[in-house]
Amino acid sequence: MALVDNARIEETPFRMSEATAGDFFALLKPRVMSLVVFTAFVGLVAAPATINPFLAVVAILAIAIGAGASGALNMWYDADIDAVMTRTADRPVPSGRVTPGEALAFGLVLSALSVMTLGVLVNWLSASLLAFTIFFYAVVYTIWLKRSTPQNIVIGGAAGAFPPVIGWAAATGTVSLESVILFLIIFLWTPPHFWALALFKSGDYERAGVPMMPNVAGAASTRRQIFAYALVLAPVGVLPWYLGYAGAAYGAVAALLGAGFVWYSWKVLLMRDDDSAMKPAKALFAYSLLYLFAVFAAYLADSVAERALGLVGA
Amino acid sequence: MTMADDKRETVTLTDRQQKARRSRSIAIGIALAVLVVIFYVATIVKFGPSILSRPM
Repeated sequence: MALVDNARIEETPFRMSEATAGDFFALLKPRVMSLVVFTAFVGLVAAPATINPFLAVVAILAIAIGAGASGALNMWYDADIDAVMTRTADRPVPSGRVTPGEALAFGLVLSALSVMTLGVLVNWLSASLLAFTIFFYAVVYTIWLKRSTPQNIVIGGAAGAFPPVIGWAAATGTVSLESVILFLIIFLWTPPHFWALALFKSGDYERAGVPMMPNVAGAASTRRQIFAYALVLAPVGVLPWYLGYAGAAYGAVAALLGAGFVWYSWKVLLMRDDDSAMKPAKALFAYSLLYLFAVFAAYLADSVAERALGLVGA
Repeated sequence: MTMADDKRETVTLTDRQQKARRSRSIAIGIALAVLVVIFYVATIVKFGPSILSRPM
């Protein structure tokens, strides 16, 4: 009897990697990362504390890399369902450009590196929050919730809502009501944003066996839930003004944007079951991206203006 | 060196594999250089001028 089974070794497909640096960059989900960078930046700059500008850049970079690492872990685990969805079939792992093992190693190494860098150079509260966010997205959302419940993106949305809290914690070393409200805005925005997408991509999710709300509860129920979330999101967006720490200009912008969100959701609510073009759902999806960007931009402008006026007054 | 060593199979990379490896190597090199610069500058930023005062 041989100690090594030669036949099995020869059968093992040995393959030299053809993955370029660009393929690994794609594993970081750059478009999601850009939203993470922006919201974390707003949290960091709007916080009532000063942080050395170089350390601020390091903090944002670490948060971005950490978010990207969780994206790579997501693509490692989800390669089987990504392969059957048109939107994701060309991702590096399902298309075969990067092996699952490479994606897993890449995600784990970058997770550790980003958390350690944030902890050593900025503070350990923000590093702990970043580690929790990566864990929440990769394990709680991707591995556990995504394939088991239509509430997957409701709970999983918390992972996307953490970056402004991490940015705030990087600057102040604390978690406070202001940063929790930034968290809430993204948390309540996520379900209507993804369900709008799921409405016109429900065939994709069905093929992949992912229990998104339209496939499980039906389109009508999803439309009602989108509208309900919009009704809650709109006033929460105005809370920073209502609680007195953001100016009236922010309050007015947030109220208008929130009214727009309710309007687009109302159009989705009225959408007919036999509407195959689903223009209202596509319009809400596009508007939701604009909403989040604009609310955070207004919040950033308000806090920067307030600080500038404070400096002039002093 | 044994006979077995002489006959061992080696891998010849295709053009595409070589290009991909070069692209990965450059990216890793840049990432490491950026990391070194970040930790170097951050050390000075965190310690401030006191980094220069040390017993000779």
